[in-house]
Amino acid sequence: MKKKIHLPLTDEVIRTLKAGDSVLITGSMLTGRDAAHKRLYELIEAGKPLPVNIDGEVIYYVGPAPAKPGHAVGPAGPTSSYRMDKYAPALLDRGLKGMIGKGKRNKEVVDAMIRNGCVYFAAIGGAAALISRSIKKIETLAYDDLGTEAIYRFYVEDFPAIVAIDADGNSILVESAP
Amino acid sequence: MEIRTVHAAEITETVKKLYMDMNYFIGEDILCALQSAQQTESSPIGKSVLSQLIENNRIAAEEEIPICQDTGMAVLFIEYGQQVVIDGGSFEDAVQEGVRRAYTEGYLRKSVVTDPVFDRINTKDNTPAILYTTIVPGDQIRITAGCKGFGSENMSSVKMLTPSAGIDGVKAFILDTVRYAGPNPCPPIVVGVGIGGTFEKAAMLAKKATLRPINTKNEDPRYAALEDELLSAINRMGFGPAGLGGDCTALGVNIETFPTHIAGMPVAVNICCHAARHQSAVI
Repeated sequence: MKKKIHLPLTDEVIRTLKAGDSVLITGSMLTGRDAAHKRLYELIEAGKPLPVNIDGEVIYYVGPAPAKPGHAVGPAGPTSSYRMDKYAPALLDRGLKGMIGKGKRNKEVVDAMIRNGCVYFAAIGGAAALISRSIKKIETLAYDDLGTEAIYRFYVEDFPAIVAIDADGNSILVESAP
Repeated sequence: MEIRTVHAAEITETVKKLYMDMNYFIGEDILCALQSAQQTESSPIGKSVLSQLIENNRIAAEEEIPICQDTGMAVLFIEYGQQVVIDGGSFEDAVQEGVRRAYTEGYLRKSVVTDPVFDRINTKDNTPAILYTTIVPGDQIRITAGCKGFGSENMSSVKMLTPSAGIDGVKAFILDTVRYAGPNPCPPIVVGVGIGGTFEKAAMLAKKATLRPINTKNEDPRYAALEDELLSAINRMGFGPAGLGGDCTALGVNIETFPTHIAGMPVAVNICCHAARHQSAVI
């Protein structure tokens, strides 16, 4: 059964989300990947203000393809999350409530999730055309010069994802094998 | 020996079409493998992921939009017939222009940066493409083209095994690479393996192996058996579709080999996501 959830995420909703739950997400989320994370992290390290408010937000690790005329966005599936592991704990400590990506996270990220009560969703890697149908509108928020790697705001309806790691640190990802 | 003239514009158009088609239309071999895995997958979540991937491929083809937002870096293996003369520009420029037009006119993502370490500035047209050209007899140009996303490329590896490692060493390295990659490279994956040659030859063979349809086998029955054995071993690992658990972690294992040195046994593993995009053409 798919659980419908709305953004921004409240602590009450986060507490109900358990690893393995299939969800349909509606609301607005930030996007960002390697280059934008590096910039945000460097600003936090330098004690400078961020160009976007991340408090209470969910960030989607994505670099969309260009939109065809008549489409709100091009195909926009998740990118590998582990590349953001170096930067994610600092963002979670600054109030970020959720992340959407694909694949493994390291222990530092999971610890920061537990510490701050956050959730990590997996979107299906490669299901980019399907996922783009749930993205209704996009705006550029920051780092326009990064092109596909800029920080966008995505307005989504019934965006399909799975709770990969919940706020207690339980994971559904198969990370090792015999 | 007769000389055949090919216009640069024809090469550009051919390459452009290859890149647009491979990004919009999933290969028949991959689609069949996904459909068959969807029927047999025992994990409910795995079955659901496979259904969504099949649906994704249908939407991409119907709307002529990319299957995946990571439309990759372009890699082309070219067999250039020595009787061919190019009119209207250089061969290399004609190929690069085809890639440039596909990515700029076909709504494909531009993912290539100039300098790898210091600048990392997007080239804005996805060039340069990587070309491996060999000169062959004849008056045709054969192009096998792929686009490689980096979620799976980053999970690939080369190891300089030595002869005493034997077949067991080869198997262990391939399986360790897949195990380490786990849920990251968008499983179910296609595994390209290159064995032999030199350090770089093994890696090129592994890339070439990912461009071979997965419903074909290595011509040597011993390597064909090894392909089957490795595929079964990988599918017992349990990563499953999207790494969320299940029976289908890989759709195919393709092995390519080359003679090597008495002191060596290089092995390269190039992991490819479930889209395994490639197309071929003959000019």
